[in-house]
Amino acid sequence: MNDPALLPVRSRLAGAVVARRAAIGVAVVALIAVPYAIQQIYYVNIASQILLYAIFALGLNVLVGYAGLVSLGHAGLFGVAAYAVAYLLAAGAGHAVAILGALAIGLVATAGFAALALRSTGISFIMITLALGEIIWGLAYRWISITNGDNGISVSTRPAPFGLSLDSPRAFYDATLVVFLLAVAAVAIFVRSPLGAALAGTRDQPRRMNALGYHVWMIRFWAFMFSGLLTAVAGILFVYYTEFISPQALALTASAEGLLMVISGGAGTLLGPVFGAALVVIVKNVVSAYITRWNFMLGAIFVAIVVFMPEGLVPGAVRLLRSAWRAASRQKPAAAIAGPKQ
Amino acid sequence: MTALLVTNLCKSFGGLRVTSNVNLDVAAGERRLIIGPNGAGKTTLFNLITGELAPDSGSVALFGRDVTKTPSRKRTHLGMARTYQIITLFAHDTIERNVTLALLGLSPLRWNPLVALDRQQHLIAQGHDALKRVGLDHIAARPLAQTSYGERRRVEIAMALAQNPKVLLLDEPFAGLSIDERQDVRKLLTAIPRDVTIVMIEHDMDTALELADRITLLHFGEVIVEGTRAEVVADPRTREVYLGE
Repeated sequence: MNDPALLPVRSRLAGAVVARRAAIGVAVVALIAVPYAIQQIYYVNIASQILLYAIFALGLNVLVGYAGLVSLGHAGLFGVAAYAVAYLLAAGAGHAVAILGALAIGLVATAGFAALALRSTGISFIMITLALGEIIWGLAYRWISITNGDNGISVSTRPAPFGLSLDSPRAFYDATLVVFLLAVAAVAIFVRSPLGAALAGTRDQPRRMNALGYHVWMIRFWAFMFSGLLTAVAGILFVYYTEFISPQALALTASAEGLLMVISGGAGTLLGPVFGAALVVIVKNVVSAYITRWNFMLGAIFVAIVVFMPEGLVPGAVRLLRSAWRAASRQKPAAAIAGPKQ
Repeated sequence: MTALLVTNLCKSFGGLRVTSNVNLDVAAGERRLIIGPNGAGKTTLFNLITGELAPDSGSVALFGRDVTKTPSRKRTHLGMARTYQIITLFAHDTIERNVTLALLGLSPLRWNPLVALDRQQHLIAQGHDALKRVGLDHIAARPLAQTSYGERRRVEIAMALAQNPKVLLLDEPFAGLSIDERQDVRKLLTAIPRDVTIVMIEHDMDTALELADRITLLHFGEVIVEGTRAEVVADPRTREVYLGE
């Protein structure tokens, strides 16, 4: 507690906390201002898309970053919730029933995924989640009586929570932003909690955690459920955003894109997946308008991130900023010693 | 009273028999030293006792309770704690966080996803108490990556002690330590009260023999000598298989 070597560290940490809180405040204000600052509806819709995919990536990051379990089947869970909303609405249910039903169905599907996939870790876990995701995609494609096959299911209306219509792009953005902020807060609370610490422990030293009295499987199961809940929320927002769902949204490429968001932004960090989602959505929707081979561009960006910032965009940028800050701090005393030039 | 009773324990990996009809009867409060050359099956025996490996046959009892089928994590809740031969800590965390994780493992709080772990002052205070016992409380906030090998060994022991075990299994606690560090760890182990039963694997005979009440010599997975320090040292089989005489 009285380690003198840590005094400057503590001082820097206190400063970092203040800076972080200020940055969060600025970021929230900036996010609220987005639809007012951007005039074109198209870009407001892109912003909504970034937020809903950020929720998807936050959910995936709970597994990939904090549990060390790489899933390639999360688009399946995303799709289950999206299809559930569309199906329930088509069957005549109201929005509240459809959303709650979709969350419940999404969680049941997640429990099934977890029960099967958590029998293993590493490559086997990836392959099981990949297979499960493909099964869901296959069902969406072929179980025509439920999913309408390749034609998909349309959703004709959006909900109006507290009487507020979400039909306009700006209103939908605001609603998505509220859900997004709640998702970020939920992940931030979870990560700092005892269960979050236990989850990180199972990622780093599962054998040790077991010897310390932790139920490693059960901790991973609850992490999977939390991840599935966020994924289902993203799926529900997606189906209301596009007002349509088809098997394409559940394909392997969608799972891979989710993983790309997490890894490129910074797995195991709170904001990394958010920036990763922004990167992928912008390249996919905006850059693709100017560059035909946008897939190549996305791949090149990913390779550049892996080479220059293997830890991801957010932690990599923090590292570079710290290096620059240290370099600037070293130059100041040197300049003071040298004195003014004659 | 018997703290740890191992009866006819057997374990094979394929055709290789690594534990063969091992019997141990460790009294409460006893300091038992397990010795044997490399490959004798000492760590495997620890893994069988803690439940990290399932035995092919035989049984393990903790204070009269058969725990042979009890999962490893539940044995920890029943009062068994261990350290590892190869240091197994959370390298990205601070010393304090490592010990807090050990305390959290036995607390119902470990399932809580809503409160901040850093604000659980009672856990942090208990962690500092455990670190004080091993002389590391003054560097509790130091990241583990900035600690020496000897300090990490002591963190391992602090994590085990933090769980207030009834039976403590120490797998080569002196391995890789300098002479001074060995003396520190020896003092630390000597200071552990007698309500904790200690079973220890160790190669450093000079240091470990002083601590032991009784010694068990393992060779090719079998107990070949067991007795007091004088009895084991005097036994010609000890000199033959272990001391190389």
